[in-house]
Amino acid sequence: MLKILKYSFFDLIRSRWSYVYFLFYLLLGFVLLFLNNDVSKAVITLMNIIIVLVPLIGTIFGVMYYYNSKEFTELLLAQPIRRSSIFLGQYFGVAGSQTMSLVLGLGIPFVMYGLFKSDAIFDFSLLLVTGAFLTLIFTALSFNIALSNENKIKGFGYAVLLWLFLAVIYDGLFLMSLIIFKEYPLDTFSLAATMFNPIDLSRILILLELDISALLGYTGAVFKKFFGTQTGLIISIVMLVIWTAIPLWWLTYKAKRKDF
Amino acid sequence: MIHIKELHKSFGKNKVLSGINLDIETNGIFAVLGPNGSGKTTLIKSILGMVLPQKGTITVNGGPIKKNWKYREQIDYLPQIANFPGNLKVRELIRMIQDLRRKPSEEQRLITLFQLEPFMDKRLSTLSGGTKQKVNIVLTFMFDCPLIVLDEPTTGLDPASLIHLKGLIREEKEKGKTILITSHIMQFVAEVANTIVYILEGKIYFKGSIPELKEQTRQNDLEHAIAAIANAKNHA
Ligand SMILES: Nc1ncnc2c1ncn2[C@@H]1O[C@H](COP(=O)(O)OP(=O)(O)OP(=O)(O)O)[C@@H](O)[C@H]1O
Ligand SMILES: [Mg+2]
Repeated sequence: MLKILKYSFFDLIRSRWSYVYFLFYLLLGFVLLFLNNDVSKAVITLMNIIIVLVPLIGTIFGVMYYYNSKEFTELLLAQPIRRSSIFLGQYFGVAGSQTMSLVLGLGIPFVMYGLFKSDAIFDFSLLLVTGAFLTLIFTALSFNIALSNENKIKGFGYAVLLWLFLAVIYDGLFLMSLIIFKEYPLDTFSLAATMFNPIDLSRILILLELDISALLGYTGAVFKKFFGTQTGLIISIVMLVIWTAIPLWWLTYKAKRKDF
Repeated sequence: MIHIKELHKSFGKNKVLSGINLDIETNGIFAVLGPNGSGKTTLIKSILGMVLPQKGTITVNGGPIKKNWKYREQIDYLPQIANFPGNLKVRELIRMIQDLRRKPSEEQRLITLFQLEPFMDKRLSTLSGGTKQKVNIVLTFMFDCPLIVLDEPTTGLDPASLIHLKGLIREEKEKGKTILITSHIMQFVAEVANTIVYILEGKIYFKGSIPELKEQTRQNDLEHAIAAIANAKNHA
């Protein structure tokens, strides 16, 4: 698997898109720090961007890479290599190169602005960890979609729809149901609703850590009331791990049963 | 070497293989023939574990291939359609496959034989169909495996390269290997094959030597014998 990972990773690192993605974060980091001049404040703005953008890029990179490396995959399938190694290797190559762009792109400006001397270092690291999780999750989801759709256009469409649903529509539906069912106790419902959306989960995770109740929103407040900050943090991280593991397990399950 | 028992494969409603039984015990060249869409590639890909049959078992070199991948170390495979990552250079592709297989390889002799030197630093997406096929052949023949599977190896080759290919196949046969070939060029099959395996309607319709086939169909050349099988089945 490591060999496949190496090939996919270096293939991507050499590609233009990785640079664009890296430069984007680099620029974003410098601009935010220039405007805010305060590491902690910049972290909050950054969170709002990361939580929407990272899943979108993960989705698009995942689908594009899967379809573009079809020939590579076919070549590998005839070689003495385990099927799961082929797909997991490619997956970690894509997810890894994106994570590297994210960590380096944001890391460089923040370190230059004195991150190590500020007390926001833990908040900032958590933000990067969350960004890495969102990359892993959405790349895995999009690999699954691409694997089960031979048609590129369809696969691309479904993947973007999934992102749109989780990043935008989900919250709208959730708010609507809160209004419609406002006579009922909704705590359990909203807890479940949060667990089922990795984007909401990431937002709550970071806000719990930053300890900004004003931004937590209804679901976040319920989350905090129910679990407390410490347990809440742990539970949301565990949920993100599960959100990564299940699509990956499903990916290998499906890949082992597909004809090429 | 290869034992196939009651192999069934369908893609959705399209039943492609319906009970293939095939034993390839000896070395030599086996030509897998059959009309377009009869399932030759499907059979070959099943042996390689790329297509997963619904029923039946395949064993290669004594072990069942299901859930196994190591046995592919024993197989050199030339795919029917040479789909390569387009952004790689020929040199990089060859090196990558060597790195993945970690076996001694003699690519240089083959590169010279097929006059591929001028293309070594070209990207695969820019090569002509025949040149891609030559790269395909180099990748297949550069390792030394006891089992060679060639799916339409002659596609797109010019006469000189075809002669080289036949030479390579003969060499490998003399080393005592088992070679599986599909082709629609009967002249080529007649020249190289020891045994004909004819697939029709998802089953092995005929297995035997070329003289046996000619005798059974009462034809005196292979092309007509093969056409006679297809026709006989149509009229029946
Ligand atoms: N991955 C697939 N999905 C769906 N159908 C497939 C797939 N692969 C092959 N088929 C179908 O299976 C049948 C047999 O195809 P196959 O490629 O094995 O034929 P073939 O004997 O190799 O033909 P040819 O002489 O043209 O190479 C065809 O009807 C084809 O459409
Ligand atoms: Mg074929």
